[in-house]
Amino acid sequence: MKYLKFLILGVIFGIVLSKSEVISWYRIYEMFKFDSFHMYGIIGSAIILGIVFIQVIKRRHLKSIEGTEITFAPKNMSVARYLIGGTIFGLGWAMTGACPGPMFALLGHGIGVFLVVIASALVGTLTYGMIRDKLPH
Amino acid sequence: MIEFISQPWPWYVGGPAIALIMLGLLYFGRSFGVSANLRTMCTIGGAGKVASFFDFDWTKQIWNLVFILGAIIGGAIAHNYLTLDPGVDLASNTVSDLQGLGLADPGGEFVPSALFSWERLFTLKGLVMLVGGGFLVGFGARYAGGCTSGHAISGISNLQIPSMIAVVGFFIGGLLVTYFVLPYLLG
Repeated sequence: MKYLKFLILGVIFGIVLSKSEVISWYRIYEMFKFDSFHMYGIIGSAIILGIVFIQVIKRRHLKSIEGTEITFAPKNMSVARYLIGGTIFGLGWAMTGACPGPMFALLGHGIGVFLVVIASALVGTLTYGMIRDKLPH
Repeated sequence: MIEFISQPWPWYVGGPAIALIMLGLLYFGRSFGVSANLRTMCTIGGAGKVASFFDFDWTKQIWNLVFILGAIIGGAIAHNYLTLDPGVDLASNTVSDLQGLGLADPGGEFVPSALFSWERLFTLKGLVMLVGGGFLVGFGARYAGGCTSGHAISGISNLQIPSMIAVVGFFIGGLLVTYFVLPYLLG
């Protein structure tokens, strides 16, 4: 039962990604063509509201449901890691039109071939884990 | 009511809803990052034996696997009960671009079935797009330490410079493929 709340949030997430068309390959293509405000509006408004939420959490030292203060681990500074890794991710994002969340939501839409996309993403993750010591971070 | 929410949702509904989901996960003592699940799945599959990167207690990530299972169910609910018209109202520039690249009826469905089907997978272009694209998403997300949810939404909301750099990378890669690779992969 302790996982039920995550299942419910996940269901809402899948519905939101679907109804706001974030899972549409077309919307991602349109975004990278700068033809529509739609995706920028979604990501931008999520960030603006997210900044407000996190500032309030930090300043008021709000606690989670588990009674401990909500904390945020700062990410280690690097340029190579985020720029190279991010660029590789972007190459794949524009091809599949799906980042990891939408990949799973699309399975729910019955587009079975996304199983292959997810399996390939797992192989990509595995490959990174095996050669990460040789990569600039 | 059902009919009302079965219309496509504008950006000013979708974006704030995503921020609220992130807030919900924070309130539950977790953080919003979908691609971490790919690492967890590798670990469950035994990848800890070949790389120490996968050698961690995956039971602490069960909540995230449950979350993504929910996203699959949410996709199915939206598909079966909350969609009146499966089309996407694209910008006219995008429609004419894609028609020029040989794609029939752009926006007629959520995902172009001409590109995302089992038949297409067994063509060279389909293989590059689905298997190659998926591989790059998985490799790049872990290399960058996060995907759209972890960096673009959670990271930038927390004013993290690394996340801003990662998102610049997302766009460098995305623009390269959209302008220089997709013209060869479509049609």
